[in-house]
Amino acid sequence: MKADQLGEPVISLREVTAELGSRPVLRGIDLTVHGGEVVALLGANGSGKSTAVRTIIGQVPVTGGEIELFGTPRRRFRDWARVGYVPQRTTAAGGVPATVTEVVSSGRLSRARFGILRRADRQAVHEAIELVGMADRAKDSVNALSGGQHQRVLIARALASRPELLIMDEPMAGVDLASQEVLAATLREQVSQGTSVLLVLHELGPLEPLIDRAVVLRDGCVLHDGPPPQAVGQHALPGHDHVHPHAAHDAEPIRTGLLS
Amino acid sequence: MNLEILDYAFMQRALLAAVLVGITAPAVGIYLVQRRQALMGDGIGHVAMTGVGLGFLLSWSPVWMATAVSVLGAVLMELIRWYGKTRGDIALAMLFYGGMAGGVMLINLAPGGSNANLSSYLFGSLSTVSESDVTAICLLAAFVLVVTLGLRRQLFAVSQDEEFARVTGLPVRALNLLTAVTAAVTVTVAMRVVGLLLVSALMVVPVAAAQQLSRSFAATFAIAVAIGVSVTLGGTVTSYYQDVPPGATIVLLAIGAFILLTALAAPLARRRARAATQAAAREAGDPAECAIPATHAPVGKAGV
Repeated sequence: MKADQLGEPVISLREVTAELGSRPVLRGIDLTVHGGEVVALLGANGSGKSTAVRTIIGQVPVTGGEIELFGTPRRRFRDWARVGYVPQRTTAAGGVPATVTEVVSSGRLSRARFGILRRADRQAVHEAIELVGMADRAKDSVNALSGGQHQRVLIARALASRPELLIMDEPMAGVDLASQEVLAATLREQVSQGTSVLLVLHELGPLEPLIDRAVVLRDGCVLHDGPPPQAVGQHALPGHDHVHPHAAHDAEPIRTGLLS
Repeated sequence: MNLEILDYAFMQRALLAAVLVGITAPAVGIYLVQRRQALMGDGIGHVAMTGVGLGFLLSWSPVWMATAVSVLGAVLMELIRWYGKTRGDIALAMLFYGGMAGGVMLINLAPGGSNANLSSYLFGSLSTVSESDVTAICLLAAFVLVVTLGLRRQLFAVSQDEEFARVTGLPVRALNLLTAVTAAVTVTVAMRVVGLLLVSALMVVPVAAAQQLSRSFAATFAIAVAIGVSVTLGGTVTSYYQDVPPGATIVLLAIGAFILLTALAAPLARRRARAATQAAAREAGDPAECAIPATHAPVGKAGV
């Protein structure tokens, strides 16, 4: 995408700092995503990519700097139906069985008044499930799904409100090849309709052709902001296999719960 | 059929209370199980003891005092969950055992009070459910039902994935507080029938039993409430005819239901797993995947 075609900023971070515990994780990050743009946030483990995304949605408090969503300071931002979020998860399941439709319906609550789902809402939920190719499993329990299918459900949940901005934290982690292709196709379709995307990624992988710009973090600072870096050497070889020790497949979803 | 059981006013009250407990306890419990806080009800039950003791000491209704104190305790637990750093579990343990010790102490300080008074609150008692208790239980149960049914989609979303719920604009903290308060209210609803020490079982066991059969949240909810009402009614009637403590009978019946449903569910789960593997194999079209069930089949047969 050329610079003169860029829309208004949908995400804008200026000099954002954040701490986890008392350890500084972000040391003044500048990051802008313009309307219609696809930006990848790259970096090693512990570089602050996930924390950056979680400050945007308000899950991690900032200690300094400014965050704006669609031109509104995040504190005063209420129009959450315009944002679709895919958290970093290895499972869509909770402690009680739930069907694919039930989980995806949660994503529609931002458009439903008082939590009442009307016909149009049910239709949108159904379409989101179809987009990720899970229509035949809609009535199945998410407990019965594979890792890649869990991720497809999480993405359908984010798409159910028909967002203008998608924020995804490692959507390809632990996803089988078939699901990766479905996810890439889904994302391509969203982008062609003008959706802006901020993606946290470990590697560009199958999403590379979609990405307009890459922001690389290291130690909580922006190292690079520009065209996606070209893979070089061994990493560029087809079939090169990355092994990421942090992506434990048996990891429980992050809970801060009582007695858990 | 002999229905003399219904001739006694105290049994009418006990049966009404039992039905309300059977509905409300699993209705709240399902959200606690979903957010993997199955033992929260137990903690609130401990805290409620201080309320009962306070009620005796001040000669106020123990049910309403227990409601007030356990709501306060539940709110405190939520606050510890937000602001508590690494030692949150220790703070919670203090709260639980402090609540229990406070109850025992206060009831002994009460004029003419002894731990004998406490035991009907700890283990449940049918004959002591008074007219005013029933009024309190009906009002509190109505509140619990309005919250758990009326806000089911919001509570489902928050309990399933708190981080995501935040991005749908739901008031996550307010809903967490509401869940805690509703759980506290349910504890006091159930206190007279099953007793404070066993209340948590009625929140968790019917849900666990229902999960054996169900695939959806809605079905789990319905089955859990059906199991809850069956065991509370069954336990109350058994307690009347056999002169056994109602709380213990109800909990043992619930665990019996869990074991029965688990046994029934095993063939069902096997059939579903087979269907799922076939579906996965069809989707992947990978011959290596199809070979897996074949190697497993003999193992399964050997077990039968």
